[in-house]
This record gives sequence, structure tokens and C-alpha cells, in this order.
Amino acid sequence: MSVFINKDTKVIVQGITGSTALFHTKQMLEYGTKIVGGVTPGKGGTEVEGVPVFNTLAEAVKETGANASVIYVPAPFAADAILEAVDADLDLAICITEHIPVLDMVKVKRYMQGKKTRLVGPNCPGVITPDECKIGIMPGYIHTKGHVGVVSRSGTLTYEAVHQLTQAGIGQSTAVGIGGDPVNGTDFIDVLKAFNEDPETKAVIMIGEIGGTAEEEAAEWVKANMTKPVVGFIGGRTAPPGKRMGHAGAIISGGKGTADEKIRVMNECGIQVAETPSVMGETLIKVLEEKGLLAECKTH
Amino acid sequence: MNIHEYQGKEVLRSYGVAVPNGKVAFSVEEAVEAAKELGTAVNVVKAQIHAGGRGKAGGVKVAKNLDEVRTYAEEILGKTLITHQTGPEGKEVKRLLIEEGCDIKKEYYIGLVLDRATSQVVLMASEEGGTEIEEVAEATPEKIFKEYIDPVIGLSPFQARRVAFNINIPKELVGQAVKFMMSLYTAFVEKDCSIAEINPLVVTGDGKVMALDAKLNFDANALYRHKDILAYRDLDEEDKKEIEASKYDLSYISLGGNIGCMVNGAGLAMATMDIIKHYSGDPANFLDVGGGATAEKVTEAFKIILSDANVKGIFVNIFGGIMKCDIIATGVVEAAKQVSLSVPLVVRLEGTNVDAGKEILNQSGLDIVSADSMADGAQKIVSLVK
Repeated sequence: MSVFINKDTKVIVQGITGSTALFHTKQMLEYGTKIVGGVTPGKGGTEVEGVPVFNTLAEAVKETGANASVIYVPAPFAADAILEAVDADLDLAICITEHIPVLDMVKVKRYMQGKKTRLVGPNCPGVITPDECKIGIMPGYIHTKGHVGVVSRSGTLTYEAVHQLTQAGIGQSTAVGIGGDPVNGTDFIDVLKAFNEDPETKAVIMIGEIGGTAEEEAAEWVKANMTKPVVGFIGGRTAPPGKRMGHAGAIISGGKGTADEKIRVMNECGIQVAETPSVMGETLIKVLEEKGLLAECKTH
Repeated sequence: MNIHEYQGKEVLRSYGVAVPNGKVAFSVEEAVEAAKELGTAVNVVKAQIHAGGRGKAGGVKVAKNLDEVRTYAEEILGKTLITHQTGPEGKEVKRLLIEEGCDIKKEYYIGLVLDRATSQVVLMASEEGGTEIEEVAEATPEKIFKEYIDPVIGLSPFQARRVAFNINIPKELVGQAVKFMMSLYTAFVEKDCSIAEINPLVVTGDGKVMALDAKLNFDANALYRHKDILAYRDLDEEDKKEIEASKYDLSYISLGGNIGCMVNGAGLAMATMDIIKHYSGDPANFLDVGGGATAEKVTEAFKIILSDANVKGIFVNIFGGIMKCDIIATGVVEAAKQVSLSVPLVVRLEGTNVDAGKEILNQSGLDIVSADSMADGAQKIVSLVK
């Protein structure tokens, strides 16, 4: 088992003929992901990387039976691509695109209310269930199948955590990048819930960063509901206030959203927080040992 | 992106939001000329910098005649204002807003901002105008009223009316206040603001509701569709290296230390600063080269880092996903050659095309210290710059 995606997930690539999308379509196919089609308006009827291209997502879904999409469409058109995915009733849409205007996302969120589609992202690395399905831009080879769930606002810090786990012989159930934007589809709590219900997941690493209060809310949820150990890391302890640190959502404003406050609340809620990004794996292993879960989580 | 108060008021005026008459002045003569044209008995001379707290720092003066306008303009233009938002180095005043004085009866606060928890724009208001909203929230949270705005419907008149009554706008002026808020919201969404803060909103002796100050901040991701707003950008208000970086779509922030950092991904870039500090080093900058970087961009990033005279060493920390390690490596080698690199360079590469990347570095003949992990790299660069 896993969360959100598995070996049966059938994926459409929205914006498939762009250079980034092409590169990653190839990588996803090599990993074994079932990419069943792509969409680029005006290029319907052609083929790239052996994958049929359609003019509209509705047509692509009808022809291929896809249940998920990954979006590489440029920022000015990405919100529209998400709407198209929701309209097509997909189970899952993963939006990699960065720099989408936030008020576009406010409208998208409103449109998604009551609809079936789960959106992951935007501005995220995607989702991977090792050895089964990789949707996004993460390097596949660092992952190993196993029992630790990873959820993160940062792409590269997700890779960092996964790499440390794999090197220590700990595999992952699923790694979910929820993205660095202030308005996103899936939040920490959605992913933690899914990991809590997933029998294959035994423990979770949750990686946050400065800005907003999503980590604090997730920590409270963990304290009240989570039956599995959660460890964490928060990026940006040394970030100056008032400066947007690369991610649109990573900003300390009005004294709110500091790393210290997030770490304090997480600790209070029973989440051990790694002192540096280099010891995310070690911190988890220590907790697994304490809980007697280490042997179960050792996969190689 | 931030803009000046006078620019913000221009935007608001174009949406029918009531603001006092005023003119911008770049010199003392222009200031006096502006006051003459306004023709009002009392004028306010206001320093235009991208920071709050100007009044307390002596950047806002009330002039009762043209001589006083001249005196205050001479005093404020060219002065370096230090406020709680400028940092200790302060900001030099290069522009003034000359504005008609008004007879203030009472000050209020009105703000529009994105609420991340609900993914909606929220209208916040308080009758405690003139003080920072964070302070009001801390001391008397019951005095802040909020209305969450449905993006499809927009701000509804009943919501604006409820706010107006809640903050005790005089009954006969509620209609004006509602119009003010509705127009402010329209400006906010049509121009893709991230913050629109009117502090204070004032009620005047002659029965007007208007914005005495205006702080507008715009979503950088939406500027491509607002060329008019982009034209307001004032490069004097920005760090030179940050301007250079923005030309190449690099996300760079000066931090003042001596270890230059080049990282991919915002999260990893922050964490890299954190780990350098953890090992008692001092990062010179935050730099995210992003996912779509080319070798040329990486070269430019390197040059920007090295244009900071404080930099005594560089730490490149890359975990390739969308960013390929061989591209980073090519850029690093190219840059090191172009600038004839003379400070220690520690490189940690991992992820997509890592072997090709390492090969390029090895073949380059450059003196590059390689690191196995980010902790290893951070420790190495910290000891090398000591």
C-alpha cells in the first residue's frame, strides 16, 4: 500500500511538449510510471516518447482511462490547467509549475470545493511511491520501497530526507511534496491523515519551513489523532524577517511564521525536530528505536 | 513588489478610492512648486521610502506655509531615515510626497491580505488606526474585525457595511466607507496585490472618509500582467545584487556574512544557511538558482556571489531534481574560469545526473573541495574561511 499513487495510477502529462515536461516524461517512463498520454492544445494526434498527445484533457481521459495528471504548464496558464483537471474528474492532479499568481490559486481552491479531484502543489516536486509510480521531478534512484512516509513543503529538502533514509537502510512508503506556495491543494494534515490510515506506513517525516501556520496546525492534529511517530525539520531558522526566501510562502511577516515558534509547537505536540537538515534521517531512526519499530522499517 | 505611498495613492485614485490630493517631488524646488499648485493652507511633507515608521523617524512634517514646505523639504530630502523597518543602515530619502493637509477627526485601520489558512482574501479593520495592526492584535484582539471574501462573489456590500458599523464609523459616513472598501477590494484583485493596508483611514472634519496612508504590495508572480505596476519599481530601494540576480530569475537575498551560498531549491537554500550557522559560520546570502537554470545562469549567480566583497569562500549545495547536476557543474567551472576564482570553493552534488556533474568538476583542473553531504560541506567551508 501507499498513499495517493501506486502501480495502477494512469497519468496524463499536461503541457507534455515543453522541454521540462519532455525530460521528466522520459524519466517517469524509465521509472515505470504508467504515462498514458499527454496534452498540448494544437498538437493532438502527434506522439512524444511513444506517448499519444491530445488537444484537450477531456479527450485524453476518455481515450486512455487516466485517473491522474501532472502539470508542467507555464505559470500564466497553469491555473487553467488545474481547472481542466478538476473538470475532467481526475482523482489526482499534481502541479509542478512554480510562480502561479496567488489570486489565481484562490479562485482554483474555490472552484475545487465539493469536487472529487485532489490537487498536490503547485510549486512542488510531485509524489513518488518507490518502485511503483513516480509523478513529478524528483530523482527516482534515491528512493527505496519501505515504510516511512515523507511530506514536505520543499522539493530539495524532500530529496535530502529520502536520501538520508535510503543510505541508512530505511525505505519509504510514499514521499509527497506539498509545495512552497501560500495557497496549495493538499496540506500537511491531508497527507498525515493518509499516512495514518495507510497500513504500510509506520512513521512519518514532516518537513516545513518559515511562513504561515500550517506546521503548527499539523502538529496539533498529530497530537490529537496520529497513531504513528512523526519527526520533523523546519527550514529557515536563520532567515531574516520580512524577506521572501525563494518560495512565495516562505516569509516571516508581522512576527508570525518563525521557525522557532513552529519548532516549539511541534515539540509540544510530541514531534521531535531535527537540529540540522543533515540529521533528519538520524532523528527518525532514534525515534524508531525508542518505539521498537526500527527492525520493521529496515528494508535493505 | 513594494511601491511608494504616492504611487499607491495613484493606483487607488484610479479605482475611485478617496485619497488626499498630492504631488511627488524629487527636489526642494519641485516640493515648493507642488505646494503652490495644491494651493491648500496646510501641506504635509512626507518622505517616500519603502518602509513604515517614517513619522517617528522625522520623515513626515506638517507645513503651514510655503516657507515651511521649503524648510522641511530641505531637511528631509537626502536624509537617511532609520525606522524599525529599514534596518540599522536606514534608507536615504530621494522623493517627497507633498499632500494637502486634512482635519483629522478620527483614525481607523483597513487592510486587505491573503489569509493562508482559508485560502481567501480577508478584510481586516479596527478603530485603533495609526498603530501597527500587529500591536492591536496583541493588546486588544477584540478590536479587530475580519470579513472573509468569496473570490467568486467578491466583497459584498453587507460585509463592508458590517465592518463600518463594527469599527464605529459615524453613521452618516457609513455609505462613503462602504464605497471606499468596495473600491479598495476591486483595486486589490485587479492589480494582484498581496497587501493593501490603509493605516490610517481617516474621517475628516468636513465629513470625508479617505486614505491618509497607503501601503500596497504586489504579488511578484502576477507582475507579468501588470506592466503599469512594474513601471513603479524603484531600483534605489533594492539591494544592487538582488537587482542583478532578478535579471536572471535567480532568487538572491543579501545576509551580510562571509560564506557565499549557491543552492537549488528554496527549502534547501534556507537549510544550507541554517547549517552554516549551526557550525558557527556566517552565510553571505540566500541564493536559489531554481529549477530551470542554465549553465549561463549559474555563471551569473556565481559572479553575483563574488561581487560581494565580504565573501571569503563559496559553498555550492545541489540536490538535483528538475535541476541537473551536470548543468550546475558546467556553470561553476565556466564561472570559476571567467572570474579567476581566488576563494575556497566547496561543492556538494547529489541527484539527477550526479555522475556527469562530478566528472565535469574533476576534469576541470580547478581546486574544488568536494563534500559528501551538506553537513560535511558546511563544516569544510566554515573551516576554510577561518
